[in-house]
Amino acid sequence: MSSDRAPTFSSKDAVVCRGVGKIWAAGTKRAHEALRDIDLDIQPGEFVVFIGPSGCGKSTLLYLISGLEDATEGQIWSFSDKVETPSPDRSLIFQETSLFPWLTVWQNVSFGLAIRGASQAERRAVAAEALQRVGLSAAIDKRPDELSGGMRQRVAVARALAMRPKVLLMDEPFAALDVQTRARMQDFLLDVWRDSGASVLFVTHHIDEAVALADRVVVFTARPGRIKTVFPIVLPRPRNLFSREAEAIRIQLTELLRDEVDRAFAEQEALAATA
Amino acid sequence: MTVVARDGDAGAAAGASRPAAVTRLFASMAGLDTLSKIWWTCLSIGLFAGIWELCWAFGWADPKLLPPPHIFLGNIAEQGKFFNTATRWQVGQSMNAAPSAFESVMITVGATTMRVFAGLVIASVLAISIGVMVRYWHVFDRLVLPTITLLSPVSPIAWLPVAIFMFGIGNAPAIFMVVVALFFHMVLATISQIDNVSPNLINVARTMGATKRQIYARVIVPAILPGMLAVLRLNLFGAWMVVLIAESTGVGYGMGQVIMLARNTFNPSLVFFTIAVIGVLGFTFDWLLRLAQRRILYWLPDTKEKLRVL
Ligand SMILES: Nc1ncnc2c1ncn2[C@@H]1O[C@H](COP(=O)(O)OP(=O)(O)OP(=O)(O)O)[C@@H](O)[C@H]1O
Ligand SMILES: [Mg+2]
Repeated sequence: MSSDRAPTFSSKDAVVCRGVGKIWAAGTKRAHEALRDIDLDIQPGEFVVFIGPSGCGKSTLLYLISGLEDATEGQIWSFSDKVETPSPDRSLIFQETSLFPWLTVWQNVSFGLAIRGASQAERRAVAAEALQRVGLSAAIDKRPDELSGGMRQRVAVARALAMRPKVLLMDEPFAALDVQTRARMQDFLLDVWRDSGASVLFVTHHIDEAVALADRVVVFTARPGRIKTVFPIVLPRPRNLFSREAEAIRIQLTELLRDEVDRAFAEQEALAATA
Repeated sequence: MTVVARDGDAGAAAGASRPAAVTRLFASMAGLDTLSKIWWTCLSIGLFAGIWELCWAFGWADPKLLPPPHIFLGNIAEQGKFFNTATRWQVGQSMNAAPSAFESVMITVGATTMRVFAGLVIASVLAISIGVMVRYWHVFDRLVLPTITLLSPVSPIAWLPVAIFMFGIGNAPAIFMVVVALFFHMVLATISQIDNVSPNLINVARTMGATKRQIYARVIVPAILPGMLAVLRLNLFGAWMVVLIAESTGVGYGMGQVIMLARNTFNPSLVFFTIAVIGVLGFTFDWLLRLAQRRILYWLPDTKEKLRVL
């Protein structure tokens, strides 16, 4: 078994997971298995979307790939480096807003540069450029509490972009946005993705979003999360989301997901009954 | 005034003058707000004093034991003589020689205020540094935290003899008392503030390659500032209480000494006069700290306003 898992990947792969598992609070009474046996290869410049029932470990996997948390099983590589600590090469955009409330928008965006000791002029220039890409040039001197939820999330995207990462990890970044804004944000993200050449790993609950964005969709099972299917989407870009092919893919993904969501609910009810 | 402005700038300025007008309006509203705050403060105190005066007028409050405000505030010159007693004794001056009553009150108030202020500053700086260090170095945590936790429930009164053994008489023991009364709680408060910093903010800094030191300096310290200022405000009153105890036990001259003198000479007017002065001082300190808080914590939303409209 373990000989299968020898690193047989190409060293140019953006992210490689081999037999990755995560047990939260391992070794304690509250031990909780979130992920099991994840094998995944992500190419440079690939756009991969994760979908799966709530609580199946999608966020956990992004944390592991970012290096913020350690896997309890298996190994992760990124561009042939073993992932052990966080790195500016892999930016994570969190599910909840995570702007520093005491910094202005541009200071938030250029936080990573400040850490590297960049000059104020340089930081402001980089922030201005990143904010322009997310359509928030006007908010450059505002404070986070003066922005709407969607604007804050766009600032978080700008902050991640300012680091020029090779891998962009996004945890439901547009979940709080209205449908129109989300569609615009998707277009903008695709532009940014094409320009930057970064790989994007993107978690969502919206199948429409997966169809709009993904080269491949990874469907997770209910907890403990395993990979149920990897579903390639070969529609040409820019995509017509109303085409018959797109509709067919949506239906397939919905079916794949429905079983798992049902299972997740059944499991939670069983747990509640025993408790 | 608006007419003049419009004449001067003409055309294009009409658009620009609108934000200026709005700013002015807000400024005047802020002014009104301050005025109304002062008005309510006066009303609150007036109500309290009024009830007291009424009790006196009806003969329920014995003026020898509970002299109402117009009596104990009425003869400030008389009361002032009892202030600054220690210096007078030290230089061997008689009661009626200089300094004047007003000067005496000012010298005493100044001495006590300085002790409170010095104690607060020293305690905060020490406590925040130690608290941060406890979380920064695990060894330091294990080495220092048990002792701090052990000592924090000890009443400041118990430290009084220590203060006198160590520092004798004067400013030092009084300041020491204030520091010792605040320090241990503030260390524990700092640690709990650090533990409550949102892990997301720390994670953001980590993904950007921040070192441990940078995370502490750029994320944790700014994030705990609001909580620490609140702790400081709460402890301000504690500092005022302790300084009186320190001063009243012969640690030197000051407000506490005046209270003791009033007690020993059975002078209720002097007691209430001193209480009034301490109240005003504490109020002023709190107000200054609130001002500083709003300056430093410009990013905090104003929850109080939202509670008010409920
Ligand atoms: N820090 C943590 N400590 C302990 N358990 C955790 C922690 N974070 C997540 N979990 C658990 O791990 C499991 C997976 O959580 P995770 O947040 O990865 O799910 P998710 O797929 O992102 O869900 P959602 O779609 O609702 O965001 C959940 O059962 C959760 O309770
Ligand atoms: Mg999640």
